Amino acid sequence: MTLAKRVIPCLDVAGGRVVKGVNFLNLRDAGDPVELAKKYDEEGADELTFLDISASVEERATTLEIVGATSDQVFIPLTVGGGIRSTENVNELLRAGADKVSVNTAAISRPQLLNEISERFGNQVLVLSVDARRASTKSGFEVTTHGGRESSGLDALEWISEGIRRGVGEILLNSMDADGTKAGFDIELIKAAREISSVPIIASGGAGVVSDFGDAIESGADAVLAASVFHFGQIQISDVKRDLAARGYPVRN
Amino acid sequence: MIAILDYGSGNLRSAHRAFELADSDSVVTKDPQVCLKADGLVVPGVGAFAACMAQLISAGGVEIIKERIKSGKPIFGICVGMQVLFESSSEKGSTSGLGLLKGNISELSAPILPHIGWNNVVAPVGSKLFKGISGDSFYFVHSFAAKSDIPGALNAHTTYGEKFVAAVEFENIVATQFHPEKSGKSGAKLIENWVESL
Repeated sequence: MTLAKRVIPCLDVAGGRVVKGVNFLNLRDAGDPVELAKKYDEEGADELTFLDISASVEERATTLEIVGATSDQVFIPLTVGGGIRSTENVNELLRAGADKVSVNTAAISRPQLLNEISERFGNQVLVLSVDARRASTKSGFEVTTHGGRESSGLDALEWISEGIRRGVGEILLNSMDADGTKAGFDIELIKAAREISSVPIIASGGAGVVSDFGDAIESGADAVLAASVFHFGQIQISDVKRDLAARGYPVRN
Repeated sequence: MIAILDYGSGNLRSAHRAFELADSDSVVTKDPQVCLKADGLVVPGVGAFAACMAQLISAGGVEIIKERIKSGKPIFGICVGMQVLFESSSEKGSTSGLGLLKGNISELSAPILPHIGWNNVVAPVGSKLFKGISGDSFYFVHSFAAKSDIPGALNAHTTYGEKFVAAVEFENIVATQFHPEKSGKSGAKLIENWVESL
């Protein structure tokens, strides 16, 4: 084998709970991030991602607790994103048990934040989350903010290149055009990003059927991330891995 | 008792919990007396080599490690905690390491770096560390590594772009380029194997 292609479930959390729909049988509490993390670990998830969508400071404070509780019980890498604005935020998350952090909006407002994080903690902790959609910018893709509602004015591929220059160790590439469609990952976007990226790419947005994941890998993604298809049990992580293996890609058993 | 050397930032909580599963008497500490007395000392490490070395020096970690080696007490280096045991690293210029393991750390030759994710590790015959788990996958996240075998040691290998030393067992030193504390059941078994050997 060689380096395995990673399959990563993403959980939206707020106030210490998993928000957005989760529909699992045989779970004591389907809203408990720790229970879900354990379940995904047992199913073969290669990493976990928590996206903190807290609306208040009080809610946000609980994120550190659930990161701690999860990393105490689940021994696979954990990435946490959402609301990270300073190296102190990063330090708190790492001390609580996160392995990586993903930064999005705050880096668009203040790109120097990427240098600060990578210089203090190393580029291996820093994931740049890019919400991209088609637009009339140079590469044909722009960076959006506010969950795809607003344009940042940045060209997506130029932003990725800048992020890598500033010390980003990985790109979480979210297609806002594909997100929620369940029509498959954004192959064009993945291919375009692969052309210019020297760091690993995690493809996100659009997964609907098992074969979509292999298509994203075939287009150059190093890892694939999804939320709802896993949460609602439409697709099992093990099914994705079986399909990847059948297509000749290395996976972790 | 296992001491996990706390000399800077990073995720020490996971390391603590993972070692605790194998030995309930595990502590995260920078107290030299505790570190010297422990049955095993874990040297973690993330980030850049030079920054890690600087933190290790200012926390008095170098003396602790050297003192333990002198008295034949076991050490377990993880990731950059493995790399600092070597003579030097070429990351961001040349930086000296502790020189307890022969060889140098240099950048992997691969089109996509860092090397992030699960990759399999092939251990040599006779490895105690990999007893029952040779060939398993472990979690890596790094761009630099030792590429030459450490003479007189048991060298385990992984390939990413090129073959490198994924783990080494040499006298009282054990070190892994991967993160056993993040490597699920295989990682837990590896930690258990080490703790049992103490």
